[in-house]
Amino acid sequence: MAVDTRIPKVSLRDVHVAFGPKKVLQGFDLDVMPGESVVVIGGSGTGKSVMLKCLLGLVTPDRGSVKIDGQEVVGISDREREPILQKFGMLFQYAALFDSLSVWENVAFGLTQAKGMTREEAKPIALKKLAQVGLGADVAELSPAELSGGMKKRVGLARAIAIEPEIILFDEPTTGLDPIMGDVINDLIVACVKDLGATAISITHDMASARKIADRVAMLYQGKAIWQGPAATIDKSGNAYVDQFIHGRAEGPIQVEVRA
Amino acid sequence: MIAIDFLGAIGRLFLGFLQAIGTLSVFTANAVSHCVRPPFYFRSIGQQMLVIGYFSLPVVGLTAVFTGMVLALQIYEGSSRFNAESAVATIVVIGITRELGPVLAGLMVAGRVGAAMAAEIGTMRVTEQIDALTTLATNPFKYLVAPRLIAGTLMLPVLVLVADIIGVFGGYIIGTSKLGFNPATYLRNTADFLEAIDVITGLVKAAAFGFIVALMGCYHGYSSKGGAQGVGAATTNAVVSASILILAADYLITELFFSK
Repeated sequence: MAVDTRIPKVSLRDVHVAFGPKKVLQGFDLDVMPGESVVVIGGSGTGKSVMLKCLLGLVTPDRGSVKIDGQEVVGISDREREPILQKFGMLFQYAALFDSLSVWENVAFGLTQAKGMTREEAKPIALKKLAQVGLGADVAELSPAELSGGMKKRVGLARAIAIEPEIILFDEPTTGLDPIMGDVINDLIVACVKDLGATAISITHDMASARKIADRVAMLYQGKAIWQGPAATIDKSGNAYVDQFIHGRAEGPIQVEVRA
Repeated sequence: MIAIDFLGAIGRLFLGFLQAIGTLSVFTANAVSHCVRPPFYFRSIGQQMLVIGYFSLPVVGLTAVFTGMVLALQIYEGSSRFNAESAVATIVVIGITRELGPVLAGLMVAGRVGAAMAAEIGTMRVTEQIDALTTLATNPFKYLVAPRLIAGTLMLPVLVLVADIIGVFGGYIIGTSKLGFNPATYLRNTADFLEAIDVITGLVKAAAFGFIVALMGCYHGYSSKGGAQGVGAATTNAVVSASILILAADYLITELFFSK
């Protein structure tokens, strides 16, 4: 088997994060190669969102290394981080659209702020991105409060891809959506990532979503990546933790604390 | 044992207090540095100036006119005890310009604008909109905090200048219609004894109060945690802390200008 000698697009090594006495990440390792789509699965509160926040500099690891295109990003200044952040797009769990802006202004935000375009230049691009996620120009002038959950996710996706990022992060992209809308979002994610040739990192509990969008899956448990492998092999992982998680069984090595 | 627990509780309280001061100091330094470094979001600054200056005008104007009216009545009642009724106009104008104009306008703006800032930024925090700004390569301090601080510091003096005029006019209405002063004499007494320093100190106070209101609104909103309850607490804290700091700063500035 040939060894991939390329520099990983994203590399986390021995990442430790604790909030007071609560240890969230305890030596987390993950490499994501350019153009690859990796899905991190794991239970609620295992640190999946914290891992994404470490990539963006929203959480600073207590120990360990985070590299983007081979460049260390732990401990760098805000000014040094600015060009790195321009490589990222992110779809948030509840879309995180700006309430004070209209739909098209949300989509165009990265173009006007990060890329320095005027509003007139950015609007046609925003409308094109909205069309790409199946939303018409009639939606463009609405406020985010007027949209359904599925539409908000689509606008969030349009905003994430508008600046044509090299790395796209998806935080629970199908949470709160019905199964059909969830599948629509999954298809859009696959299409958009492929279209941009971007590297994608997603976190989810939804195995249908993980199977659809992942090239590779990593399982996070007790602050570590306890299993990683191609998405196609997840059913034959031979790992009892992964088996319990993907089949959603209450019995198994993962014990969920239930307080009476 | 009880004594140790008691001392421990005092110690934790004190450390918490020191930590809060440290966090606020870092927040303030960061916010001020973004106020003086480009790029500047002129559109946001203009919007905030409109919200703080123009939309606060009715509430501040009403407060000023009634304060001027009450002041005239009270001073007339007090000064008539030693036949000094002629001092009414002078005391009204000095009281309004030096003290009541800036303090009451500051408190009203703290209740109206500071609360709104904390609620808006707090909601953005708990719905991940602030994280979304970061992923779109936009510094939240520059985009959210700096425009509010600049607008607060610039607009409150303007608001206070208007409040001064309206407050003096309130005193004039009562003085001439109810207390029997000759209009020309009232106006001459107002103008003759008013010194530039009276107005200037009021405007300096107003700028400081505007900064305090915006800073407290942004700080408590930015630091809010949890859901609706956290945003509610941030709003309350923003108004209470801004009000206390306004009164404390009022004393310090008065001491600075007028202590002998």
